[in-house]
Amino acid sequence: MAEAEEDRAKRSAGLVPYGLLSPGVLWLLLFFLVPLVTLARTSLSVKTSRFDPNDIHFSWETANFTNAISDYSEQFIRSFVYAGIATLLCIAIGYPMAYVIAFRGGRFKNLLLGLVVVPFFTSFLIRTLAWVNVLSDQGPVISILDRLQLVSVLNSLGIMSDGRLLSTHVAVIGGLTYNFLPFMILPIYVSLEKIDLRLTEAAKDLYNNGWQAFRKVVLPLSLPGVFAGSLLTFIPAAGDFINAEFLGGPKNTMIGSVIQDRFLVQADIPTAAALSFILMIIITIGVLIYARVLGTDDLV
Amino acid sequence: MASTSRAPETTAGRLGRWSLIAVAVIGFIYLFTPIVVIVAYSFNKPRGKFNIIWQEFTFDNWKDPFKAGPLTDAMVVSLRVAFISAVVATVLGTLIALAIVRYRFRGGVLIGLLLILPITTPEVVMGSSLATLFISRGVARGFGTILIAHILFCTSFVALTIKARIRGFDWTLEDAAMDLGASPWRTFSRVTLPLITPGILAAGLLSFALSIDDFIVTFFNSGSVETFPLRIFGASRTELSPQINVLATVIIFASVAVMAIGVLFRRRLDEA
Repeated sequence: MAEAEEDRAKRSAGLVPYGLLSPGVLWLLLFFLVPLVTLARTSLSVKTSRFDPNDIHFSWETANFTNAISDYSEQFIRSFVYAGIATLLCIAIGYPMAYVIAFRGGRFKNLLLGLVVVPFFTSFLIRTLAWVNVLSDQGPVISILDRLQLVSVLNSLGIMSDGRLLSTHVAVIGGLTYNFLPFMILPIYVSLEKIDLRLTEAAKDLYNNGWQAFRKVVLPLSLPGVFAGSLLTFIPAAGDFINAEFLGGPKNTMIGSVIQDRFLVQADIPTAAALSFILMIIITIGVLIYARVLGTDDLV
Repeated sequence: MASTSRAPETTAGRLGRWSLIAVAVIGFIYLFTPIVVIVAYSFNKPRGKFNIIWQEFTFDNWKDPFKAGPLTDAMVVSLRVAFISAVVATVLGTLIALAIVRYRFRGGVLIGLLLILPITTPEVVMGSSLATLFISRGVARGFGTILIAHILFCTSFVALTIKARIRGFDWTLEDAAMDLGASPWRTFSRVTLPLITPGILAAGLLSFALSIDDFIVTFFNSGSVETFPLRIFGASRTELSPQINVLATVIIFASVAVMAIGVLFRRRLDEA
């Protein structure tokens, strides 16, 4: 209804919209789409000189892809598992937070929303380094766990390794969850906020059970928020390498580190390009499947 | 608001409600742990070059927060990049959003896709593909290429934010102004602009925040230029000085102050 009304209000004014669009769209085409084509081309090229990174020749070389998959499948899988777990944890923590802010926030709603954003005024890297302080071997968490004599228990559970928290997958996943949590809270909050309160009241009367009312009415209406939040969490988490670099060890390398290393350190651009391309394709397919499962087809 | 006919809350219901609040409280503690740590460690006197382990309390680090050096230089670079890219991206993005919301044209679906793709593309992919382009064209990477990259991802965010904000506005006000004899420019500056300004400001601030905090895309396209996040990354390998914590603390409190002033200002406006 609103769409049709909106459409009627739109004007057809010849070239005006194209004039408005062209500078921005040109920028996106030149610096987003063209680079992706160059990336695809480079991923199918061979590097002929070991020393000159510019000496690359296009030759439909598919070995970059087969090598990338056989050499780095472990890092790919680890990246998706870490990002997946971090996304689930973000939902588990972020949904209740968004719910409490939206429905129990009262007049503190805006203040609480502000508090969600405040930690993110500092640099991403400084925040992650702060977790190094917290989790370090001489840090507060380890000393508390030590005093409670929990270290050996956590060691045997695989949460700690050799009495350390740094360089474990728990630290990396914890860092990823932390860094992308607001991207989960905010979209869920927006979708919860839109729900008509009379609807939830009616649901409570109908089901006479808070949980049923939540499951049958509130949850379905908030799924678009969960969907948007999952994308905003999973995608950057899967490509991230800062958390793995700072909080992880050699056993926690993610695919972002590999791409960065291949590209910037070893100047092996064709392999880096192939790895980037594979990452993008897997994520795109994943997003499409996820959209189907949740039934939210309208992305934009 | 609660209806009286409903049965009293069950134990399970009460338990559910309290566990919900408990999770939310734990969530907030989780969010603020690093912030407390950052502020606390700005008062630490580390032994050696890495401010990782707590040694003793000192005010020394606070004597000259903006002490000249690579860290402050990098901060200046970041502020310049963020300012320029926020301005350019806000202009480009606003024009796109206006075109989408106000006009009928061909290829709308493709434009929508072009706007959403940079957001759903992992930063490593965006960064490495841009760098590949620059390398293959022989473009030296530096301040200019950082700007190109930042304007790119900010433009998408601006266009989508403003599009969502200005949908459903009453655009007939524009026609009314025109009917009353206002020129197209006057109509734009007196009617259209005031309508969309709050959205534009919000999008501009978002761009600024995205740009100043970007690491991965910048890392691929920076050449020898160092932004603040790049400097921190370099420092994490050589020397983590407490000055990082001091600057971070200053930034947090300055941003909170700006936000608080904004809120108070809006409250005044609403009351007036």
